[in-house]
Amino acid sequence: MTMKQLSVFVENKPGTLAEITGVLGENQIDMRALSVADTERYGILRLIVDKPQEAEAALKAAGFKVSLTDVIGIAVQNQPGGLSQALKYVAQVGIAVEYMYAFVSQKRDTAYVILRVQDNEKAIAALKEGGIPIICEKEV
Amino acid sequence: MERYWNPVETAPLHEMRALQSLRLSRTVRHVYEHIPFYRKKFDEMGLKPEDIQSIDDIVKLPFTYKQDLRDNYPYGLFAVPVEDLVRIHASSGTTGKQTVVGYTANDIKIWGNCCGRALTAAGGDASDFVHVSYGYGLFTGGLGLHAGAEEIHATVIPVSSGNTKRQIQIFKDFGSTILCCTPSYALFLGESLRDMGVDLSEISLKAGIFGAEPWSDEMRRKIEGLLGIKAYDIYGLSEVMGPGVAFECSEQTGMHINEDHFYPEIIDPDTGEVLPEGEVGELVFTCITKEALPLIRYRTRDIASLSREKCSCGRTLIKMKKPSGRTDDMLIIRGVNVFPSQVEAVLLELGDTAPHYMLVVDRVDNLDTLEIQVEMKEDMEFDAVRLIEETEAKIKAAVASTLGISAKITLLPPKSIARSEGKAVRVIDKRKI
Repeated sequence: MTMKQLSVFVENKPGTLAEITGVLGENQIDMRALSVADTERYGILRLIVDKPQEAEAALKAAGFKVSLTDVIGIAVQNQPGGLSQALKYVAQVGIAVEYMYAFVSQKRDTAYVILRVQDNEKAIAALKEGGIPIICEKEV
Repeated sequence: MERYWNPVETAPLHEMRALQSLRLSRTVRHVYEHIPFYRKKFDEMGLKPEDIQSIDDIVKLPFTYKQDLRDNYPYGLFAVPVEDLVRIHASSGTTGKQTVVGYTANDIKIWGNCCGRALTAAGGDASDFVHVSYGYGLFTGGLGLHAGAEEIHATVIPVSSGNTKRQIQIFKDFGSTILCCTPSYALFLGESLRDMGVDLSEISLKAGIFGAEPWSDEMRRKIEGLLGIKAYDIYGLSEVMGPGVAFECSEQTGMHINEDHFYPEIIDPDTGEVLPEGEVGELVFTCITKEALPLIRYRTRDIASLSREKCSCGRTLIKMKKPSGRTDDMLIIRGVNVFPSQVEAVLLELGDTAPHYMLVVDRVDNLDTLEIQVEMKEDMEFDAVRLIEETEAKIKAAVASTLGISAKITLLPPKSIARSEGKAVRVIDKRKI
């Protein structure tokens, strides 16, 4: 049970992020979470949106390098140590986290975290066994 | 009083022509008898070795192209049995295959003599310490000047390229008097000297012989000022011999061609017609004394002109102007010959990127830089920085091992490199030479 994440290659020049978010707005696509990895030369914008396939098509048409990546969404308790416990379950089965980012949910006591790992199935199994709820796109 | 290494350097024109005629007819017989490629070509043209009696008959002979070397890779154009070969050199070729050249003991001796002439013209003699910072190896630069220094009984310091601090330490401690390297490296050494606070009184350099890449008179003056030397140009290509095909004298108005060994012509690159003296066209050489690889009318792709005007140094050897460009798309980056098609071949072989690329050449702090911009494939995974960096590192390693040059690799999104309707523009050369 993975989620689709939209990844967009962002060249380092003024206005690129405004252009990308503009395309999404024009196409009535709602962003739920985002993170940016930045390097000296470029950035990678990662987005969780309500309509990933439509967003991908719209951005491609606008000339952006986009791809959809399967990522894992988990719900963690919004309290100290909540995330650490979940990550331990993943580490115990020898899986490294490539990157992750968090966002708040409507429910005040829960935070959502997106995890990108090499082996989704194995990580999901470990998380489930530890009782960590896996979320799907509709829930966010 | 000007010194010459070989009396032929001041020979009257009629003597030179007689020598060239004799050597050309001998070479033509040699290639006809020993290189099937030329025999076949001559036979097809109905040409017999005895048709070539004088140097003027050279226009009857066919041209030889770099492609011919490639088609006969590696040893197909060699005219001697392996027992007579003593050395192989090679330069990077256009499609992965290198251009391989061979030498007999006598070829090496002549090469040394030609480089000896260049060193003598630069004021060198047996009392000099010749510091060779050209790369040693398959590249002809290092060993060519090395042979020249030994020829004039100077003392060679075979430092080879790289490790600038050590080079400067050797200047100071070993008393190098003549420096041989690429002009851009000479400039880099000069600026490093200044940055390290080394005073010119601490070193003994008096002259430098610089070649293997294009440079301007402005660069020359800068090198001369920074190193406190007189800077001399040298020209050569491995297919003909290596450095020392032509060399500069104190007049610094062009390079004297060792025409008793390498007969030059300037042709119209489109029609192949020989152009009159002074006109600009493609430089063509015929090796009239080489034993192992005597190429006939080899198309260098360098654009230059020839002049027999009297030179104040007293040499009568014909002079060529510094090449002003190429008739093909070859780039010279840090002394290494690079064809865009070589880069393309590397990219296609790896297959990690789209076939759209751009080479950006620049000169930063007097050293050439190469950036290869290439588009990602549509389906390439790139959501983690690691994925992009791994692909770039893989291309960088492949370029370094195939072309022998370090390049910066920049992955770009698809369709970000401008498409051209006509001939693709693959190179942006920002160097101001």
